[in-house]
Amino acid sequence: MKVKLKIWRQANAKAKGQFKNYELDDIQDEMSFLEMLDALNSKLIKEGENPVAFENDCREGICGTCGLFINGRPHGPGEQIATCQLHMRLFKDGETIVIEPWRAGGFPIIKDLVTDRNAYDKIMQAGGFVSVNIGGTPDSNAVLISKEHADEAMDAASCIGCGACAAICKNSSAMLFIAAKVSQLALLPQGKVEASKRAKRMVAVMDELGFGNCSNTGACEAECPKGISLAHIARLNREFLKANIKS
Amino acid sequence: MTKLDSKIPEGNLKDKWTNYLNSMNLVSPANKKKLDIIVVGTGIAGAPAAASLAQLGYNVKVFCYQDSSRRAHSVAAQGGINAAKNYPNDGDSIYRLFYDMIKGGDYRARESNVYRAAEVSNEVIDQLTAQGVPFAREYGGTLSNRSFGGVQVSRTFYARGQTGQQVLLGSYSALKRMISEGKVKMYARRQMLEIVTVDGHARGIITRNLVTGETERHSAHAVILATGGYGTIYYLSTLAINSNGSAAWSAYKKGAFFANPSFIQIHPTCIPQLNDYQSKLTLMSESLRNDGRIWVPKEKDDKRPGNDIPEDERDYYLERRYPAFGNLVPRDVASRAAKERCDAGYGVGDTGQAVFLDFKHALEKQGKDVIEDKYGNLFEMYETITGESPYERPMRIYPAGHYTMGGLWVDYELQTTIPGLFAIGEANFSDHGANRLGASSLMQGATDGYFIIPNTISNYLSDKIRTGKVATDTKEFDEAEKEAKERLEKLLNVNGTQTASSFHKRLGKILWEYAGMARNEEGLKKALTMVKDLKNEFWKDVKVPGTSAEFNQELEKAVRIASAFELSQLLIKDALSRKESCGAHYREEYVTEDGEAKRNDEEYMYVSAWEYQGEDKEPKLHKEELKFEFVEVKQRSYK
Ligand SMILES: Cc1cc2nc3c(=O)[nH]c(=O)nc-3n(C[C@H](O)[C@H](O)[C@H](O)COP(=O)(O)OP(=O)(O)OC[C@H]3O[C@@H](n4cnc5c(N)ncnc54)[C@H](O)[C@@H]3O)c2cc1C
Ligand code: SF4
Repeated sequence: MKVKLKIWRQANAKAKGQFKNYELDDIQDEMSFLEMLDALNSKLIKEGENPVAFENDCREGICGTCGLFINGRPHGPGEQIATCQLHMRLFKDGETIVIEPWRAGGFPIIKDLVTDRNAYDKIMQAGGFVSVNIGGTPDSNAVLISKEHADEAMDAASCIGCGACAAICKNSSAMLFIAAKVSQLALLPQGKVEASKRAKRMVAVMDELGFGNCSNTGACEAECPKGISLAHIARLNREFLKANIKS
Repeated sequence: MTKLDSKIPEGNLKDKWTNYLNSMNLVSPANKKKLDIIVVGTGIAGAPAAASLAQLGYNVKVFCYQDSSRRAHSVAAQGGINAAKNYPNDGDSIYRLFYDMIKGGDYRARESNVYRAAEVSNEVIDQLTAQGVPFAREYGGTLSNRSFGGVQVSRTFYARGQTGQQVLLGSYSALKRMISEGKVKMYARRQMLEIVTVDGHARGIITRNLVTGETERHSAHAVILATGGYGTIYYLSTLAINSNGSAAWSAYKKGAFFANPSFIQIHPTCIPQLNDYQSKLTLMSESLRNDGRIWVPKEKDDKRPGNDIPEDERDYYLERRYPAFGNLVPRDVASRAAKERCDAGYGVGDTGQAVFLDFKHALEKQGKDVIEDKYGNLFEMYETITGESPYERPMRIYPAGHYTMGGLWVDYELQTTIPGLFAIGEANFSDHGANRLGASSLMQGATDGYFIIPNTISNYLSDKIRTGKVATDTKEFDEAEKEAKERLEKLLNVNGTQTASSFHKRLGKILWEYAGMARNEEGLKKALTMVKDLKNEFWKDVKVPGTSAEFNQELEKAVRIASAFELSQLLIKDALSRKESCGAHYREEYVTEDGEAKRNDEEYMYVSAWEYQGEDKEPKLHKEELKFEFVEVKQRSYK
């Protein structure tokens, strides 16, 4: 199949970016989206042009490195998959595909399609952990955890930190990302102790870093590659409220 | 250094680690503040090492090439992590876990290290649970276990098919906590280019800032490499695209011995290659072999869809050949058996390079809900890639490059032959011999990082407390930085016509063909010449666009691939020198009558440790003789 590509090119953080058009003729259905971009890049390199910078690593939807805005949707047209799991069979012959980086206040562009998502690391640093020391922990079966809670914690814990939630949100809010962690840890006895303090700290840092507030539009849940549920935001809000009552 | 000293502590196997801990030198809390440690890598080995060392009071700097430490390739591990808890009460013990690993590794690993990993494994599970890792649980609230290949007990802890993600994020959270307390400095988006040695001791590293392109100097009193494996040497593998062995390779070129480079695990259950554009092969976790049955048609070239082939026309060849372990034979055995069937003409799918992994019986017996609960996300992954549902049709799978048992040689303290340079996790060679058992890499990485290195490193550092800060404005750093920069410019200046990836792909094909699942002298020799020629072509015709002073992914790749050529040559030499079959290293000249790997314990019961002798010089082989005092060495049998 043939595809026309409209790709955001930007030399570095300070440069002014613009869309550029490319065409590829020899694309197979079973190629992954990133393999299609590989093909584009090897063509560009051979023609003496600069390849398109885009990030990826595991190429199986778990590391969270890839993350492109494709035809107006984070991670493109697939349901609950990351960009690297997209296959060309989801596109039509001759289709124009628009590819952009994440666009959110908290994620400045580094080059072309690569953004700086360090903000998500900083949010985690603010409290996305259990304050337990290494060594001397009790036997794992000393504290029983119901299967329901463990499963729900696991649902929340499957967030890959890709940033799609903030990228699609009209307020550029990172609430779903934070909620996933707060909820995971609040559901487990190990993390419950600090739950409300954690919620408060993480939200505060999110605010500082230029992300907006959550107004419950639900776009994040719809586009999250791991299907993280909005219900976790509700749990985050409860923990957040508790923290405010306490203080 | 010419003689290898493994520094195995005295005493009975059970007492060695305790004896070591009781007699090692300590660094007092006040003195730890005076000592700096560099950790390169943030996977299941590096992240907990950095966090533990920081908690102890050392000043820690940690590096990774990804944009975030949470993305280290450990995140992709699927099936689980082992420990000898014996929660299912099925007869497991530390000794049995140790024994299974020694046997699984085909008697090519060091007893003392393996025993210690088994001994410490239980504590790792407790630690991870305390950090909030949502391991799978039974309705009664206790932890669940499942079984992996090569063992007859259920000792694998798991978090759906995302165990690596969960245990890594647990360790990542511990690391984040230390960063927030100012005890660790994190350097993401850095590519380590060189190790810096001063008076023969590792004292720092040279990195490239991948955003600005600047080279940087970092000094410390000890350096820990936790940089993962080099399975991507085959180009197509189950690893992340950017995983690579270049950091370990630069250590090798500075004097660290490289052990067993040819011991590479080919994983039996991966989604087969579909086309020539393909950039990676996706693993389908070994845990699937708990319930999935592997088969091929009894007739050659039977192209009917799996479901149309009646039961009596199917050959469940693993169950047939290995009745005791059936579908759960170790990986090397399962991979070779698949290759044997496909080479003989029984392979399925368009290419004939695949076998079926079928859940029909499990679905009938256990119901869709149960199967979905266990493997749901793996089934989805399969369907996303192939467009076919494993609930409806048998999966098609084929072996792919997966894990490197080989790596930097380390002693009992996990120290390489360069004093002050340590290697942990997949980057070292230590615990898996010639074949790794499933779910034991996360276990090894985590034991290394959480509980072993924080102790053994103090034995080295105890007499460094008066050294003071290690300066970076010295001739050693000048030279190392110059060397690194020159290599970058050399790559950029070739200005040829072919991309770095295209070379990588060709290299991978050579290795897969001649140094993959089956090897022989003729093929290996041929491969050696082919790799050499390809390397020369690379240095004449690679095209690396852009400059070194900018974000330049092609340059990053070229650095990795340049070292992959050299590592490939050593890998082939190692495979040539080992004239026996053992574990994953299968030499066609050395097999038993029924086609199983045939070891030669008389002559090859050693770890091969290679010493760099200089560019274009033959590396020197050192042998660490392996002594088995606590297990009886037997021919491995899974029949
Ligand atoms: C698909 C897949 C599934 C697996 N499933 C399992 C399983 O279920 N159970 C199990 O036990 N094992 C499993 N394994 C194996 C296991 O995941 C790995 O062996 C293990 O995670 C390796 O951990 P590590 O910490 O040594 O290295 P990695 O996790 O690979 O981390 C390497 C780190 O080093 C850094 N690094 C590397 N080179 C450089 C450089 N030059 N400069 C700077 N930084 C660098 C990287 O940024 C990264 O942070 C699986 C492997 C794969 C590929
Ligand atoms: S919540 Fe979903 S969209 Fe947001 S970072 Fe996590 S996985 Fe990505």
